[in-house]
Amino acid sequence: MSNLGITAEPPVAAAPPPPEGGERKYLTGGLFLLPALVLLSVWLLYPTVYTIIRSFFGPSGYLGSWVGIDNYKTLFTTSALVTAIKNNAIWVAVVPAFVTAIGLIFAVLTERVRWAVAFKTVVFLPMAISAFATGVTWRIMYQQDPGMGAINALGRVVSDAVSTPGVLPSALPSTSALQPHGGGLILKTPLHPGGVALLGLTGIAPDAMPKGSVQAVRPSAKPGQIEGVVWRDFKPGGGKPGVVEQGEIGIPGVTVELHDSTGKVVQSTTTAADGDFDFKNVAAGSYQAGIGAQTFAKPFGGYSWLGPSLITPALLIAYIWIWAGFAMVVIGAGLAAMPRDVLEAARTDGASEWQVFRRVTVPLLAPVLSVVFITMIINVLKVFDIVIALAPDSSQANANVLALAMWRTAFTAFDFGTGAAIAVFIFLLVIPVLALNIRRFRREV
Amino acid sequence: MTAAAATTEVVHIPDPADALSARLVRALAKTPLQILLMAVGLLWLVPTIGLFITSIMPATALTNEGWWKVFAHPSIATFANYSALFHNGGLTGALKTTAYIAVGNTVLVVVVGALAGYAFAWLDFPGRDWIFLGVIALLVVPLQMALIPMFKFYDLTGLSGTVLSIILFHAAFGLPFAIFLLRNFFVGIPKDILESARIDGAKEGWIFLRLILPLGLPAIASLAIFQFLWTWNDLIVSLTFGVQPITVWIFGQLREFASSIDIIAPASFISLVVPLAVFFAFQRYFVQGLLAGSVK
Repeated sequence: MSNLGITAEPPVAAAPPPPEGGERKYLTGGLFLLPALVLLSVWLLYPTVYTIIRSFFGPSGYLGSWVGIDNYKTLFTTSALVTAIKNNAIWVAVVPAFVTAIGLIFAVLTERVRWAVAFKTVVFLPMAISAFATGVTWRIMYQQDPGMGAINALGRVVSDAVSTPGVLPSALPSTSALQPHGGGLILKTPLHPGGVALLGLTGIAPDAMPKGSVQAVRPSAKPGQIEGVVWRDFKPGGGKPGVVEQGEIGIPGVTVELHDSTGKVVQSTTTAADGDFDFKNVAAGSYQAGIGAQTFAKPFGGYSWLGPSLITPALLIAYIWIWAGFAMVVIGAGLAAMPRDVLEAARTDGASEWQVFRRVTVPLLAPVLSVVFITMIINVLKVFDIVIALAPDSSQANANVLALAMWRTAFTAFDFGTGAAIAVFIFLLVIPVLALNIRRFRREV
Repeated sequence: MTAAAATTEVVHIPDPADALSARLVRALAKTPLQILLMAVGLLWLVPTIGLFITSIMPATALTNEGWWKVFAHPSIATFANYSALFHNGGLTGALKTTAYIAVGNTVLVVVVGALAGYAFAWLDFPGRDWIFLGVIALLVVPLQMALIPMFKFYDLTGLSGTVLSIILFHAAFGLPFAIFLLRNFFVGIPKDILESARIDGAKEGWIFLRLILPLGLPAIASLAIFQFLWTWNDLIVSLTFGVQPITVWIFGQLREFASSIDIIAPASFISLVVPLAVFFAFQRYFVQGLLAGSVK
């Protein structure tokens, strides 16, 4: 987690004046520094120079052949790499803002409850877990089948509360007299009072039939009413389409609608156990009977969070889950260090809690908020583990980010030239923060 | 008689602000916030709990049921997945590799970082502050910059695939932060202590071992925890240089996720138990290190 220190500000205290002494002191200093300098030179300085040079050479060999800035052109023209750049732009646009905002909200709210420590521990916990294990954890959460993935299970609870799934999600009309109509079906034959509507359906598996259904009966006509039946127009051996036969059973619980000549629904009813229904007191005129769309409503099948179109939002959610705790703790420390009397003065002057937050707390916290924000930009530019762990192979191309693109280009395609160019590109994006850091440091030393 | 007792009680009612009803009103005013925070806290816990419960469900149940089904049938919970894993040589080997890398790197970074931090804080040599500035500047080098050259370097030197190659790589990338953190902490150690030791003729090595290290313990503890977690959780470096700690091992299994969730879930949980234990045991140092790294 050394990346946490990137936006660090050194303390005000400068190093004390060097102690008196001669050549030996220099030698001692050198000896103390030697191991660090060796490690930094071999593993950081030399590679940085090498990678920059390497990015101007071709794919393979120790240096390959000179290609000028072609690798950088490739970076901005190959669609897979452009996707990575675009995705990283989304990460930068979304994550720092959300993490900082959520951290701020949590930090302010937890100040008001006694069990703040417990809450902070829980939210901070994901920080200790590897981004890789987080990826595995969220893969389980995101599974598409609502019976297995917790997030889609929650989606199903919500969706079921809003609209109940229909009794016959997969039924089809048994004859061409029944036509699709606004998600439901409608019987083309016009009906008049005293008429009979036969609404036969097929394509229903025996175990998908609503419970309690019994033998269907062809209803007899009654004056002033429109009678009808909805039944499973199929029996072992086939049966005759459009005819209610022995062995064919009625479908209960189906919503049947009566449309007048203008297409308006004038009556609506539900079928009985034998599939029978009737519309009473029908005025003279021409009508059509149909089955409402809700009968065929499919149950919530779950969103494909790990599929190509939702994988980036899925990753962003998991990543924010990790880092919100970091923002909360850092901002919380800033909040604790804030002069309380300023807040109290504002409250005494009659400011509402929202005004205090908006006009006093946030401006005073601005330096801390910017530190969190910048740290998150850096982290997001280098994001790798969670993408490779959470995105299945099938959607990794859509989830691609710069660090992953660099790794795949260099170590699965073995194009070291382009890989080096991507690494340099990441490096260049992070450099502005270096300038910021050095300026702060120089100002304070 | 009872009436008299009641009257005396009425007289003794305390200050209205402390009355039970007033306290109740204040508590109630906070109830929506309490409920909201509890809900959020629960939400934050769900993924980790889900991973744990998945890890104790038999593979047969996992093919068509969500982990929360365990609440309806607690009897299906089993530790068979775990015992199977620990009889699997692959996992125990990977755990050992992870431990070697994390411990080796932590020790190396702490020792090398403390030596350099002491030099930058208390020793005199030409260009001291400029070199320190250069070290700070190295904080921004993303490790992606070193993957290609080190891949070749390890190939040439025969270090490829060794635990040492990973330790050295992580140590180098951990050093700028380590030196930064320790130098700033050591600078705060009272000058008199060091001066009097020097006047008494103490060598710099003695001062470092007997004064700086003990006095710098809080900062060293923070650093050690960060380094330990950072390397324990690493994937990209080991993956690149062909070493197999637990993250890389699980990554290999993950490629056939659907068929081996009964291996992946418990292995992932094992991989996060150690960081969690470290986190809970040393939470104070962890947060201190975090704050030192991001704000003054």
